[in-house]
Amino acid sequence: MKRRVLLAVLALLTVSAALPAAERGAQPPPAQFESGYERPTVENPEPRADAFDYVDVAVLAVALALASWLALRVRSRAWIFVVMLGALAYFGFWRGGCVCPIGAIQNVALALGDSTYAIPLAVLAFFLLPLVAALFFGRAFCGAVCPLGAVQDVVLLRPVKVPAWLEHALGLLAYVYLGAAVLFAATGAAFVICRYDPFVSIFRLVPLFRSESLMDAVRGSMTMLILGASFLVIGLFVGRPYCRYLCPYGAVLRIFSRASRWHVAITPDECVECRLCEDACPFGAIRNPAPPPAGPRTTGKGRLAALVVALPILVGLGAGLGTRAGPAMAQVHDTVRLADRVRLEQEGKVEGTTNASDAFYTTRRPAEELYREAAGIVGDFVWGGGALGAWVGLVLGAKLIHLSVRRTRTDYEPDRATCLACGRCFAYCPKEQARRAKKNTQEDG
Amino acid sequence: MAKEEKGLSRRELLRRLGMGTGLVAVAGTAAALAGRSRRGDTVWQIDPAKCIQCGNCATYCVLEPSAVKCVHAFILCGYCELCFGHFQPGVEPPRTLDVAGAESQLCPTGAIKRRWIEGPLYEYTIDEPLCIGCGKCVKGCTLHGNGSLFLQVRHDRCLNCNECSIAAACPSGAYTRVPADKPYLLKGKDTKR
Repeated sequence: MKRRVLLAVLALLTVSAALPAAERGAQPPPAQFESGYERPTVENPEPRADAFDYVDVAVLAVALALASWLALRVRSRAWIFVVMLGALAYFGFWRGGCVCPIGAIQNVALALGDSTYAIPLAVLAFFLLPLVAALFFGRAFCGAVCPLGAVQDVVLLRPVKVPAWLEHALGLLAYVYLGAAVLFAATGAAFVICRYDPFVSIFRLVPLFRSESLMDAVRGSMTMLILGASFLVIGLFVGRPYCRYLCPYGAVLRIFSRASRWHVAITPDECVECRLCEDACPFGAIRNPAPPPAGPRTTGKGRLAALVVALPILVGLGAGLGTRAGPAMAQVHDTVRLADRVRLEQEGKVEGTTNASDAFYTTRRPAEELYREAAGIVGDFVWGGGALGAWVGLVLGAKLIHLSVRRTRTDYEPDRATCLACGRCFAYCPKEQARRAKKNTQEDG
Repeated sequence: MAKEEKGLSRRELLRRLGMGTGLVAVAGTAAALAGRSRRGDTVWQIDPAKCIQCGNCATYCVLEPSAVKCVHAFILCGYCELCFGHFQPGVEPPRTLDVAGAESQLCPTGAIKRRWIEGPLYEYTIDEPLCIGCGKCVKGCTLHGNGSLFLQVRHDRCLNCNECSIAAACPSGAYTRVPADKPYLLKGKDTKR
């Protein structure tokens, strides 16, 4: 029955598709054969079965659980590394890096912004599962499950220390990128995170079990490959540059990880402040013990009060600037560009037509309707640009407040926000060495 | 655990509040979107009615050659002796000769094979591995013929990128996401789904 309806629809499509040709009166009649010739049929290869999406979600859940357990309980860098390589092979090289939680931000933003877009359930799960894991166990996703993190992790050979001021400043970029990506996705303009994903072309270099040959993939994405290669070259010396300074999902995870129920610790029991782990972290995520601030309490208070007052000013300033930048940002949207072009052509200000305007004229849609649609999108961008600006202002203000709050710390601790749960610091701790020795003797005896 | 703290520290209270907010945010997103999410995946496809054969399909795909190929709906084909999808404009087809000279063929890779059937009727088949998805033949066939040639994303090749490079470059909005269980938008009814 379903099939019959489908056939009827297809037949209708056929008739309607043939109509323009009939109008021109040039359509040759369907061929009649006397020699018993039978028309060949065309095989149309099926895409991957839906069931595999749920396999991906299951693999993600298992990998998250395993990574959290290894980082928090087993405390083994070697095993975390093994899980990371497995995730790199599966989500990276086998699945081609698509879909990933980082890109899923955009699907979620589009689904929230456009009620007609139905987000696939598996994509929603990809977005939410690592967030839930971060609320309980910290950024185990970044350390051992994310293929983008993994490919940077394996190339890190000679980590250099990034100065704290630069680390803080560059770290803000990720929040800005996150805000921009959400704006462009929610307005239906573009998925910028995917468009500028530096590593997806590297994953596709190894077409595991796919029909394409190696060279096919290389030739198809040369510019993307150069982008990825330059990130990896930087990654030889700067640990995980994409994760720390650009990854928009990492920005969300930083916020979530601050509130995590349990978190990776450098030492298994008690910090003896031996300073051995001080340089252990290639990502600058270890916080040194800090004595109580020396200056009088009032200076700190005054600065904090000034910054708290400055926060709404920064937010308002950002919102104002963002609102102004809205129409310019709307140019990323195809419909806005098309409407501008059509308007110029209609007013005779430009010669000739473009592919897009030609396609628009063949639809015989009234230009006014297109202008109205474009104006609506520009309106969305004015509103959204204001929100983006306010977000940037909020991030900047929050960062300043965070920096001005001087925390007293007695132990060496991983920074809850920036720690990637990679487990590199464990082996530096003498307490950990003692624990391992004890465990080994227990197993031997 | 010797040091039992009396009550909550400020930091711990903030953390718990943060965790609660996070859980509410996750649950809220799930509740808002799960209701109108779809169980199956979607894949990219070209709507032949909107395609204007601009040539972007051949150049913008992350694969080389493109995942887009020409598909032939034989039921619509006129089996023309002079096929506007096969011959360069102005070329007189050689009588009863199956293979035209390369210079007279429209297809840049010679992916359309011509075979004599009977009388003035010729069959045209696409050699898919050779096809680069440029749409030159589709343009000819759509302008002067029955429109039996059209472009489709072939799902044995398509990587189903979240942001399809060709879709982003498509000037006519012909790219849409379709349900993965009905992955083609075909012309003609004889072609299998």
